[in-house]
Amino acid sequence: MAGIYIHIPFCKQACYYCDFHFSTSLKKKDELVNALIKEIELRKNELENQTIETIYFGGGTPSLLSNNKLELIIHSVYKHYIVANKPEITLEANPDDLSKKRIIELSKTSINRLSIGIQSFFDEDLKLMNRAHSANEAKNCLKIATDYFDNISVDLIYGIPGLSNKRWVENIERVLSYKIPHISSYALTVEPKTALENFIKKGLIKNVDDHVAEEQFHILIEKLGASDFVHYELSNFGKPNYFSRNNSAYWQGKTYLGIGPSAHSFNGNQRGWNVRNNSKYIKSLEQNILPMETETLSTADKYNEYVMTGLRTIWGVSLNKIEKDFGNQYKKYLLQQSQKHINEQLLYLDNDKLLVTKKGKFLSDGIASDLFKINLS
Amino acid sequence: MQNLFYRDILMKNIRNFCIIAHIDHGKSTLADRLLDFTGSVTDREKQDQLLDNMDLERERGITIKSHAIQMDYEYQGEKYVLNLIDTPGHVDFSYEVSRSIAACEGALLIVDAAQSIQAQTISNLYLALENDLEIIPILNKVDLPSANPEEVTDDIVDLLGCKPDEVIHASGKTGFGVDNILAAIIERIPAPKGNPNAPLQALIFDSVYNTFRGIETYFRVFDGEIKKGQHIKFVATKKDYYADEVGTLKLTQVAKQSVKAGDVGYLITGIKTAKEVKVGDTITDFANPTTNVVEGFEDVKPMVFAGIYPVDTEDYEELRNSMEKLQLNDASLVFQAESSAALGFGFRCGFLGMLHMEIIQERLEREFDMTVITTVPNVSYLAYTNKYPDTPITVNNPSDLPEPSTLNRVEEPYIKATIITKADFIGNVMSLCIEKRGIITNQTYLTPERVELAFEMPLAEIVFDFYDRLKTVSKGYASFDYHPIGMKTSKLVRLDILLNAQPVDALSALIHADNAQNIGRKMCEKLKELIPRQQFDIPIQAAVGAKIISRETIKALRKDVTAKCYGGDISRKRKLLEKQKKGKKRMRQVGNVEIPQQAFMAVLKLND
Ligand SMILES: Nc1nc2c(ncn2[C@@H]2O[C@H](COP(=O)(O)OP(=O)(O)O)[C@@H](O)[C@H]2O)c(=O)[nH]1
Ligand code: SF4
Ligand SMILES: [Mg+2]
Repeated sequence: MAGIYIHIPFCKQACYYCDFHFSTSLKKKDELVNALIKEIELRKNELENQTIETIYFGGGTPSLLSNNKLELIIHSVYKHYIVANKPEITLEANPDDLSKKRIIELSKTSINRLSIGIQSFFDEDLKLMNRAHSANEAKNCLKIATDYFDNISVDLIYGIPGLSNKRWVENIERVLSYKIPHISSYALTVEPKTALENFIKKGLIKNVDDHVAEEQFHILIEKLGASDFVHYELSNFGKPNYFSRNNSAYWQGKTYLGIGPSAHSFNGNQRGWNVRNNSKYIKSLEQNILPMETETLSTADKYNEYVMTGLRTIWGVSLNKIEKDFGNQYKKYLLQQSQKHINEQLLYLDNDKLLVTKKGKFLSDGIASDLFKINLS
Repeated sequence: MQNLFYRDILMKNIRNFCIIAHIDHGKSTLADRLLDFTGSVTDREKQDQLLDNMDLERERGITIKSHAIQMDYEYQGEKYVLNLIDTPGHVDFSYEVSRSIAACEGALLIVDAAQSIQAQTISNLYLALENDLEIIPILNKVDLPSANPEEVTDDIVDLLGCKPDEVIHASGKTGFGVDNILAAIIERIPAPKGNPNAPLQALIFDSVYNTFRGIETYFRVFDGEIKKGQHIKFVATKKDYYADEVGTLKLTQVAKQSVKAGDVGYLITGIKTAKEVKVGDTITDFANPTTNVVEGFEDVKPMVFAGIYPVDTEDYEELRNSMEKLQLNDASLVFQAESSAALGFGFRCGFLGMLHMEIIQERLEREFDMTVITTVPNVSYLAYTNKYPDTPITVNNPSDLPEPSTLNRVEEPYIKATIITKADFIGNVMSLCIEKRGIITNQTYLTPERVELAFEMPLAEIVFDFYDRLKTVSKGYASFDYHPIGMKTSKLVRLDILLNAQPVDALSALIHADNAQNIGRKMCEKLKELIPRQQFDIPIQAAVGAKIISRETIKALRKDVTAKCYGGDISRKRKLLEKQKKGKKRMRQVGNVEIPQQAFMAVLKLND
């Protein structure tokens, strides 16, 4: 079982908060697609006959590629790998690209899941973040998309400066009204070296308020819970059978190939990452060289990653798995480190599983770091 | 072979000298040149700052310990032995400097041709003059484009009352003038006087710890001689030993049958701990002791005290072992077990000064791999209670201060501070010293642009961020030196810090009552900055007795999670959290609050 992630590093304009890798110059689109196909081909032996269950176009803005190009890429995956019978094929798309015509055409391709970057249904929020679409485009595209696609995910952002709890509830309720089966929702995060950070420093935009973000996080959990969504990962909510199969693979330590500039790969022991630069990426592949660096994970690294990702999910951290994969020492260590957090009601044990409590959810990085195993040197 | 040749060197052919200079004026570099020029080091042995053997000394560019080295030099057909005694370059070690000076007949006074005379130049010069040393003024770094030879020569002439042509122009960098310096050492510095036939009288000016051979004692013989196998006695400690080995100090030690009057050498007796060898003590013959001890012996007294605690309480015994080992080669370090409600078991340590304290902390980390928490340093006070108003209680720890209601008075140590600065900065320097409770006692214009200011001020004020402030207010154009002048009555209070309503004894500080409000407020602000937010609100309060004088709150951490964690985020995030975890390992949990190492020293960084 494996997945393929394909990074499409282009956007129409830069959202102020974004620190992903993308370029707003679309000139090299064709060369890049060729390079992606080349990389898919060059790496065909890496999966050692594992079946590909998910193909995911992420970005950047993959909906900027024509359907033709997308099909070309999917075709090359089929050509060089073993693909499961009904793979999940996701396209990240922005509302401004999703005209009725485009949606209909997309529905005729093998893409069977859309992840739509709505973020908010209010123009003031969209402007503040410099999103390329309007509130109307957001509403219209969802209305149409739900007619042609069953499996849709919507992105929403909370904790935006100026976003009141009232407006936040309206955003959630609007998504629910379209009967969307999956929602990814993120707290607006001020990443280093982004425009947002700069504007906040200059006082042009109010800083995000953790207190408000926490409140809105809990509103979200409550609202979606009431509508039978399962909170299966810190920022992901899905109806049963609609969890993102691609993303779940990340949190469950499964193998995935990352194709494209800045994309990351993992094979259980090694993590690899491609160069974060479109021209360098294209040049390298023109010479049949993979522009990738790798690192091999130590046992402690693997343990740390499992704890870190496990705590974010509904599956928690399994003590049996810890014992099986890392040995009794690690299990003992984990239990001992957890005690304090269990006492403070940030963690709890459910049979063999260590999970974060409601109170602990928004603090889970700090908790995970406490459970980490490191060598002081 | 050389040894044989020089075996019977005559006293008239020995010269003992030291080099005194303000820090960075080129003492170590010039010493290197002297060694080169006299062929005392082979090319293979060459290394910059040769005499500074500790890594710390080379890195920080300061001489921490005294060093001695013997050079052979032929001058106008005669063979001479030149003993160079290098002195520490920091006021924390001024007693050692004074003993090194007492072992010499002459001193090279080095003055940077661009910087001119600075505070340490003057204080060391006075020490040398008190010991009747012949001063050879050297204008160093004349190769510098910014050198100002005429003016600086005038400054030196004014200071010493010498003639301009007595000032030797030199460059430690190029080697220029080194021959003239050597000639002056031989011609101007008097040969040692002393009676080779009188009972042994030698001055201990330093000691060095050697893992294999125990303590090596460095001495200067004034009268008589010290022979291999001799039964000797240390006057101040009243202990006696057999001289297992004596010899002179070339780059490596050269064992001899005896070291005679006028010469400088080393002694090995099998002593294992540095405490037994006191700098300034007199060595004499056991059976036939001298009636003249070398004057000026003092027991070095620590000036600054602080608690040192292991970050991990389990490392207490290991810390004790490490401190004991450090003490073997640093007799000026004193310590005593103490316990703190907040930090558990640790040690109250006495240091010669702030630099000494930093050095110890750094050596613990480097040489013994011990990560420690150092608490707020304080000086040593004398407290008197109403009940026994004439009996002083020594207060080396804030918790030793008697209850305010029972307290009659407190005395604190004062110093005389000498500051040399540019005339432009007099105003700034004065305001700083007045803020630090200083009283100006003298102001002398060395030149129209350079002023020497003398202050009397509490030693405690030097401990709290004085150097850094002085540097800032003078834009770096101020030099500073001090010496203790005794105790004075003072209005002292203990400032307590409460975290989560619990007093944290390790954060208490003894301060002047007039500063309490201000320091209390700044402490709260600084701690708010240094203590990471935790899962609950943490009130910080500063109190004097029962009275809360300032407060702040560290707001609870609301959000400590990254929203996205997909393929590429995983390893980046793992590394970030691993780093966080490492940081936490260096924190100390007090009650339920985690306090980082540096918060315990917050009071020293209030103006950053
Ligand atoms: N240009 C120049 N620099 C020198 C000279 N002597 C020393 N220095 C530099 O001045 C700095 C301080 O020298 P050092 O010997 O460590 O001074 P100390 O603190 O008195 O021992 C070092 O960076 C030396 O390289 C000199 O004659 N000319
Ligand atoms: S569209 Fe997505 S990838 Fe592009 S800038 Fe905005 S947030 Fe970033
Ligand atoms: Mg030096």
